[in-house]
Amino acid sequence: MTPSELKHDLERRIDPATGEYRVIAPGQTFRSVTEKIVRIVLTPTTPLGWFALFGVAGAGATMLLVAVTWLFLKGVGIWAITQPVAWGFAIINFVWWIGIGHAGTLISAILLLFKQSWRNSISRFAEAMTIFAVVCAGMFPLIHVGRPWLAYWMLPYPSTMTVWPQFRSPLLWDVFAVSTYATISVVFWYVGMIPDFGTMRDRAQSKYAQYFYGILSVGWRGSVRHWMRYETSALLLSGLATPLVLSVHTVISFDFAVAVLPGWHTTIFPPYFVAGAIYSGFAMVLTLAIPLRKFYHLEGLVTERHIDNMGKVMLATGFIVAYGYGMEVFMAWYSASHWEAFMMWNRMFGPMGWAYWVLILFNLAIPLTTLWSRKLRTSIGYMFFISIVVNTGMWFERFVIIVTSLYRDFLPSSWGTYRATKWDYMTFVGTLGLFTTLFLLFVRFLPMIPMNEIRMLLPQAKITTKATAKAGD
Amino acid sequence: MPAREGTYGLLAEFDTPGDLIRAAQQARKDGWRRMDCYTPYPVEEAAEAIGFHRNKVPLVTLIGGLMGLAAMFLLEVWISVLAYPLNIAGRPLYSWPAFIVPAYEWTILWAGLSAAFGMLALNGLPALYHPLFNAPNFRDGATTDKFFLCLEALDPKFELAEAKKYLESFQPLSVVEVDY
Repeated sequence: MTPSELKHDLERRIDPATGEYRVIAPGQTFRSVTEKIVRIVLTPTTPLGWFALFGVAGAGATMLLVAVTWLFLKGVGIWAITQPVAWGFAIINFVWWIGIGHAGTLISAILLLFKQSWRNSISRFAEAMTIFAVVCAGMFPLIHVGRPWLAYWMLPYPSTMTVWPQFRSPLLWDVFAVSTYATISVVFWYVGMIPDFGTMRDRAQSKYAQYFYGILSVGWRGSVRHWMRYETSALLLSGLATPLVLSVHTVISFDFAVAVLPGWHTTIFPPYFVAGAIYSGFAMVLTLAIPLRKFYHLEGLVTERHIDNMGKVMLATGFIVAYGYGMEVFMAWYSASHWEAFMMWNRMFGPMGWAYWVLILFNLAIPLTTLWSRKLRTSIGYMFFISIVVNTGMWFERFVIIVTSLYRDFLPSSWGTYRATKWDYMTFVGTLGLFTTLFLLFVRFLPMIPMNEIRMLLPQAKITTKATAKAGD
Repeated sequence: MPAREGTYGLLAEFDTPGDLIRAAQQARKDGWRRMDCYTPYPVEEAAEAIGFHRNKVPLVTLIGGLMGLAAMFLLEVWISVLAYPLNIAGRPLYSWPAFIVPAYEWTILWAGLSAAFGMLALNGLPALYHPLFNAPNFRDGATTDKFFLCLEALDPKFELAEAKKYLESFQPLSVVEVDY
């Protein structure tokens, strides 16, 4: 492209009314957006790149299977956890993954309530990301309990031992918070896809695809009576998912805040955890969205506007996280507690101090200084880079919170250290493989962009009659 | 449902939501009641036009949520006070603030499941078969880019030839007869 063509292309993508990038590139029709999204799934040929990625991700998932099998045979002793660091990678990864999931719910539910219609293009795969992240997250506490085949003891059921769970423990609250979150996320995701399954059924050529999507669509036919109940239901589910998502990370932060350990026993934890969750979740949405739009040529549906807006959300939540870090340091001094002050000094300058500075660099220094620039926020390469940086930084945040509070506790005689074993790393990297595998299956077999919501964003959806449309021409 | 025979209704196809709404409003004004619109995305004005203003999904959700709240709170109280009382340093057994979190989660769980499955049940779904799927142009358009108005044969005003003429007065793309 010549520079003048580039300039023209840029002008086309900017809405003159607002000066912002358009949510949907111009020149689309109901049929063209439908075809574009349907063709990704209902194609006779799967791109080779998909198979290549699937091979890599599947290898990762297989490694997870090996690591978990060995864990079940030998017990949690194969991990690095011991006294005093009894919570290691498993809890770090649990908190990290579930935090990543939260951005999906934020995009699909909270932004729907705020009528942020730009979210429509990215809501479906953000929800898919939520579910797959919760799958990875939920696994960790289960395999961490030592005898995972008895994990159902956490549920209140009339057992022959006549023992019942302790409902005053945040660890039990977690069982209900995370299981509710997983269930509601799946229901919300599925209900959102029903009309699109109807479209897939009607566009499918092969008999099997027609049966498959026909059954999934439960016979959706687009009656406006159905649509109105559907819209009410979607709105109610959003209204329910919003307090739910805030409660889930709040309850997870209670696991820490209720303990008396320095660095954990603080009231800032719930908002600080929730903001961190959304921060890392938006980073993960970017990590997924940027290659997807490129690979499947969806630049017209997931535009610079989405990337820009997600950058802004990350900037805002990043500052809440920064406030959390600042408040921790302030409270370490203001509490006048010897243990709190030592914990903070040890966190910054102790043997694992490097991890603290990695998180400051990755979560604060790099993103919060550069995301102010609109030029960088709309630079696809830079945003992909920043998304990886923030995801890494947020993993380190969880590492620092868990390990540095545990390995130097009240009595120097009980101090220890923490060095993750190869099984820890294999389990963690394995969940990345599982997550990618599930996500690849999703983009291959399900409509990754909500077609019915995209149709509402098109100019044709504006109500005009033939007479007025003619007069306007 | 008893097996039906004959005509289900007449289906008019429109190109834009505006034309559909105009036709639906006029039909409602002319006394038609057994009719429905079919659109590829939610068109609120079309629902208003055929006189569908409110639905029962919020009520179902409220009832579900309250049931979840009551179920979990009562379970917690029963377990912690009666079935398995744990005396930890003499603290009260009925420690209701600690019971709020699971009760809150179950309120959301039951309300959410009620909103989703209540919506499907009120819509009469799953219903994998429907006479409209017999119409040759319905499946290509209704879930992609066309807007349909169906006058049903169950309406007392329905008389095939006249209804067809009536629908054609709205200048639709086509009017087709749909059989059961």
